[in-house]
Amino acid sequence: MTETQRSGGIEVEALVREFKNGPRAVDGIDLEVAQGEIYGFLGPNGAGKSTTVLMLTTLLPPTAGTARVGGFDVVSEGPQVRATIGAALQEAALDPLLTGREHMRLQTAMHGLGKEERAARGGELLERVGLAYAADRKVGGYSGGMKRRLDLALALAHRPRILFLDEPTTGLDIQSRTALWEEVSRLAAEDGVTVFLTTQYLEEADALANRVGIIDHGHLVAEGTPAELKAEIGRPTVEAVPREEDDRERMTAVLGRFGEHAGSSPRGVAVRLDGGESQLAEVVRALDSEGIAIEHLQLHAPSLDDVFLAKTGRSLEGADEEEPDEVEAESAPA
Amino acid sequence: MSGSLRTQVGQLAHRSILRTLRQPAQIVPSLVFPLFLLAVNAGGLKDATNLPGFPTDSYITFILAVPFIQGALFSVMNSGTDLARDIETGFLNRLALTPLRGAALLSGLLAGAFVLGVVQAIVYLSVGLLAGADLAAGVGGALVIVLLSVSITVAFGTIGLFAALRFGSGEAVQGLFPVFFVFLFLSAMALPLDLLTTDWFHTIASINPVTYLLQAFRSLLIEGWNVGDLALGFGIAAAIGTLGMLAASSALKTRLVRT
Repeated sequence: MTETQRSGGIEVEALVREFKNGPRAVDGIDLEVAQGEIYGFLGPNGAGKSTTVLMLTTLLPPTAGTARVGGFDVVSEGPQVRATIGAALQEAALDPLLTGREHMRLQTAMHGLGKEERAARGGELLERVGLAYAADRKVGGYSGGMKRRLDLALALAHRPRILFLDEPTTGLDIQSRTALWEEVSRLAAEDGVTVFLTTQYLEEADALANRVGIIDHGHLVAEGTPAELKAEIGRPTVEAVPREEDDRERMTAVLGRFGEHAGSSPRGVAVRLDGGESQLAEVVRALDSEGIAIEHLQLHAPSLDDVFLAKTGRSLEGADEEEPDEVEAESAPA
Repeated sequence: MSGSLRTQVGQLAHRSILRTLRQPAQIVPSLVFPLFLLAVNAGGLKDATNLPGFPTDSYITFILAVPFIQGALFSVMNSGTDLARDIETGFLNRLALTPLRGAALLSGLLAGAFVLGVVQAIVYLSVGLLAGADLAAGVGGALVIVLLSVSITVAFGTIGLFAALRFGSGEAVQGLFPVFFVFLFLSAMALPLDLLTTDWFHTIASINPVTYLLQAFRSLLIEGWNVGDLALGFGIAAAIGTLGMLAASSALKTRLVRT
């Protein structure tokens, strides 16, 4: 047993999920998440994120490969895995006819907490996610952010060591998103909870995750800390717009001396700087010596979208695909 | 029953009852529609009592058995639709991540059907008696009618659970409703079995279990205490409930593919 397994992390080897008459939704991924780490699983819709979460939470059997969560095998030790984890899956699965407090009561009871502890734990968690004021209101009247916070509270009902959050902030406004980020960060930092977070938001992965795995077409195409991943593709991009349209061709030639061309605005020219951002002054001097007047000059630091672009050849924006419907397909593995 | 199973059944039953009581759209049609048909049938078919061999001279007493079955048919839709919604919204997955036991889920979900069955039976019987129906079996008979009605409602509810687990969609469950109504119309609903003179109809009605469920109610309303008819009625309800539970349990195993 590895250190990761003993300490309550996640270890995945060659995990595969095939659906009948469909592609491999997850195609042999390997990953390891240490205890207390926030792991961001980044990819467009349909990349295989949710299918991976369903397998790791024991709700979908893998077609091949192994996964251990909290030291327990997801196939042969499902009940132990479920006792170890909490999960807020893609849709906030709540009953609109029940109140927040009634949800907490049901969830804590189902996890076997004693009668007195149920009320205390429910109240504590509702307070913690800022829903105490709405605890006795029916969930049908909650906003999207309130539902997500209740979903998180429910996932924490039995004090799990590992938390799975499947796109927890999709559709939320920025305030709700930020509040959820703060709570997730606190869980990892103060309570040592391991968090496996799927997201299609670059800024979410960047802001929250200690490490990021990028999944595309069921493959893990990159993995590392956000800083490592950005450093891997490394070079910043400089984009310049000439004051005179006629100078665009000469500007392209001048900038081409400093690196390969990258995507730019219609009027601009962009290159990835071979020598990094220290070359910026040199670029300005070169353009000046050629007598090319600059209307606009901007240096872009590498982003996770650049990483995604570099690894997949596509931008994360608009890279969505349809993921196989797990509910329909789950009973019919290929 | 172990403590944890008891707790799970209790909590899920509590939820099911709350859901039922908080959805007037589930309760009101299941009360109003059968009573409306009762009024129509009692008014329009009362001359049927003049037929030789008709067991009572009060048609409303005869037809009062029908709302109990119609009400139970609503239970197929209500319990099934609730579970289908849980599947569609992912609530079942939430429960699946707890140490949920299948028996607790199914039993708990039927609690709503149980409560609805009690309410329906009391309302139908009260309205029927106020409208002039007889109750030959007296006060004890009224209690047995409520018990029989609840048994049939819960038994039919298991079919709704099975349909929800098998098809996973509320629309599919609702599609069963007219099918079950056909069973009602192809029974001795409007006339006693002996007076159904069309051969094919008599044959179908005589093998249709709904005929004997109706007869169990009618025995209490018209004759008094007929142990044979009651045993057959309760026996059919128990058989439907058992088969429905077995089918629903099997479908639950397929639906809940957790490892």
